[in-house]
Amino acid sequence: MTIGLGHYLTVAAVLFTMGILGIFLNRKNVIVILMCVELMLLAVNINLVAFSVFQGNVVGQVFALLVLTVAAAEAAIGLAILVVYFRNRGTIEVEDINTMKG
Amino acid sequence: MILQALAFYVFAAITVAAAAMVVVSRNPVYSVLFLILAFFNAAGLFLLIGAEFIAMILVIVYVGAVAVLFLFVVMMLDINLTELREGFLDYFPVGALIGAVLFAELLLGVGIIGAGSTTVADLNAHGAQVMAIDNTRAIGRVLYTQYFYLFQVAGLVLLVAMIGAIVLTLRSRPGVRRQKAAEQINRTKEQSITVVKVPTRGGV
Repeated sequence: MTIGLGHYLTVAAVLFTMGILGIFLNRKNVIVILMCVELMLLAVNINLVAFSVFQGNVVGQVFALLVLTVAAAEAAIGLAILVVYFRNRGTIEVEDINTMKG
Repeated sequence: MILQALAFYVFAAITVAAAAMVVVSRNPVYSVLFLILAFFNAAGLFLLIGAEFIAMILVIVYVGAVAVLFLFVVMMLDINLTELREGFLDYFPVGALIGAVLFAELLLGVGIIGAGSTTVADLNAHGAQVMAIDNTRAIGRVLYTQYFYLFQVAGLVLLVAMIGAIVLTLRSRPGVRRQKAAEQINRTKEQSITVVKVPTRGGV
């Protein structure tokens, strides 16, 4: 019983689906939506690293590193926007964010 | 080999379960803690296939920085939890539908990967070969030569994110007394001391 590429891809697929489902379920709570985005990025990272290892090509791990960087930047900016929004409105409900009528 | 398979299943199961708890748990603080658990077990998964560097970076960056940032914000904001939980299951049917379709597609993709030139079995055989040099050294050799500009851009992204976060959250509140070091240092004797002529028996 050896663990192969398919096992890792399956775990990543489950994680990614979980993230999507979380975005749909927590329609109101922006913090949990951001966490679900992080989960999806983690699934992408698992895919990249698994392919990198099983192809014997280290470049995939370099890209996983870049995805990690972007995820950190995104979390910082997202939470900063959230803090400013909460300061102005006193709530973080997503459905209230419609001032721009977009 | 059986031990490795066992470790994989344990890590994978805990990762998926923790991800599910992130989604469904009532309190955002618990969500963050389960997110940390998921990241730790994903790092374990990375260790199992020999990607030690990414595993350690995952623990340092995600658990040490991102998750703590989340925890900070969750605890700082005074959120009404019951209001946020209203209508939790409203979008469950459509979410479950889209999730099921996506999951089926992803599994289909896993099933038919590289049906042409390379198959999963080929890749598995390839992965079985032991790498000549260790993982961190291999990444460093590529990252600092071939992908050096990409590395610099990653640093730039972080810098812009840092400046953006500071600019967004910085505010100057009126009526707050702050220490002004420059003014304090630049004070002269003439500015701060006045000599008062006190008349005898008059007092000041």
